[in-house]
Amino acid sequence: MPQDWIFGLIGGALIGCAAAMYLLINGRIMGASGIVGGLIDGTGRGNARERLLFLAGLVFVPGVAAYASGTATSHLTSNLGVLIVAGLLVGVGTRLANGCTSGHGVCGISRLSLRGIVATLFYLMAGGVTVLLARHVWGVV
Amino acid sequence: MRGLWAFLAGSLFGIGLLISGMTDPRKVIGWLDIFGNWDPTLAFVLGGAVGVMSIAWAMARKSTTPVLGGTFPAPSDPRLERRLAIGSVLFGMGWGLSGLCPGPAMASITWTGTGGAVFLVAMGVGMFAAPNFGKSRMPAPS
Repeated sequence: MPQDWIFGLIGGALIGCAAAMYLLINGRIMGASGIVGGLIDGTGRGNARERLLFLAGLVFVPGVAAYASGTATSHLTSNLGVLIVAGLLVGVGTRLANGCTSGHGVCGISRLSLRGIVATLFYLMAGGVTVLLARHVWGVV
Repeated sequence: MRGLWAFLAGSLFGIGLLISGMTDPRKVIGWLDIFGNWDPTLAFVLGGAVGVMSIAWAMARKSTTPVLGGTFPAPSDPRLERRLAIGSVLFGMGWGLSGLCPGPAMASITWTGTGGAVFLVAMGVGMFAAPNFGKSRMPAPS
């Protein structure tokens, strides 16, 4: 649907503006898995306050916007087993790869980082194969 | 000041994820479903974000320090280790199964209920356990 594409482009540009602010003002790469992962494993203890405030904005502001606009409806699978496996894979995978869609995808590709481009190709291919198997072969999602 | 700007960046990131459709797992799975009813929206999201961010990197190259002091991130490490590939494949599998990656999972936690909380706890456990499988940590993403 072309209207979704326009919202995608606008939303994407806002994501780019957020990453640009974090880089040009705070001097940091805006990677969601790195910001939260550093708090979980203790490697980001030195700037924990900055990380926590980033996450506070990330959780509460879209929450308020979604409830205010009446779009706060979950479309996640109700299969908790799938969510547990998926969460573990995302957690382990992003720490091993040291980045996710925001760090490797948005911030890496935009500076033509070979690591970012390679990581993005690998997770896109793995995601495509997983949806093919999970949806069309096993029928679990 | 650093905290205030971090809060603003996180807020803008969250609003961008919400508007773009990234917080809707149906759109993410639709984007990865290239053999089904493929939804190309995420290409526009990534294109918009990378377009703006490549201007920011060009600005960073021209200036010496970030506005609030300190240093810019080190140049991207050209080394490709096995853990980058293995980790990205594992991440892609979890992303495809759930339609969630770390940013949108946190941005949507106020309305995804038990399922969203279960995903985030599992993700946190995975992040905590992960360094034990690998060797040296790379300094910064990308």
